[in-house]
Amino acid sequence: MKLHYEVDGEEFAAAGQASGNIKKMLKQLGIASDVIRKISIAVYEAEINMVIHADGGTVDVDIQTDKIYIALKDTGPGIPNIDLAMREGYSTASDEVRDLGFGAGMGLPNIQKNSDFLKITSAVGVGTTVEIEVNL
Amino acid sequence: MKISKIKEILTADTLAGEERIDTEVICACGSDLMSDVLAGEAKEEFVLLTGLVNPQVIRTAEMVDMRAIVFVRGKTPTPEVLELAEEKGIVVLSTKCPLYIASGLLYTNGLRGAGSVETAL
Repeated sequence: MKLHYEVDGEEFAAAGQASGNIKKMLKQLGIASDVIRKISIAVYEAEINMVIHADGGTVDVDIQTDKIYIALKDTGPGIPNIDLAMREGYSTASDEVRDLGFGAGMGLPNIQKNSDFLKITSAVGVGTTVEIEVNL
Repeated sequence: MKISKIKEILTADTLAGEERIDTEVICACGSDLMSDVLAGEAKEEFVLLTGLVNPQVIRTAEMVDMRAIVFVRGKTPTPEVLELAEEKGIVVLSTKCPLYIASGLLYTNGLRGAGSVETAL
């Protein structure tokens, strides 16, 4: 089963809408609560990143028999050094974002912690794709 | 501890979710950093104490199925934030207490954090 969501990059207040919808859908499908929790946290952090750093993007969810695959794609500025970005505490977020409770360099480590597979593909000036898998 | 008891201890006002005020919570966490909340043990039987009043606090609570949020230091969110909380079924309280005192009051009344103190150290 495949789901597709658009993330609006204009409004920070709306960030998390896609994650909320995905969570609701997974609940309706009767997916185990620990799996839903992992996916909700990972996708929410990724969605926040997409709004903070890029101008929104798309989220595609593929519910397979043994796992749930999620791809978040944006056409933002890209990540110059992914290893550095993965480091806990490293952040390029603005003070405005920090005031909202994010941007402390915890997003990507949080995504990794809550996924069974994580792949980040990024090109500067082109965009970033975050692929997440959580096993069922 | 019932959320109504938290309200009583902190002399708090209920801003959203009045009908769920008698729900039980077993733990609390206090933070202004939502990524820390998401990285922690917070889950459904939790209450979050925070000084942040933006919609992302409600979203964060939604992602981890948190039951209640206490806004400290008398902070009042916008009607849109409270509307979102009502929609997500999250109880929202507001107390004049600062974060540290509010946390201390709940802790001394028996509402602990996640895991044991030994683990936290």
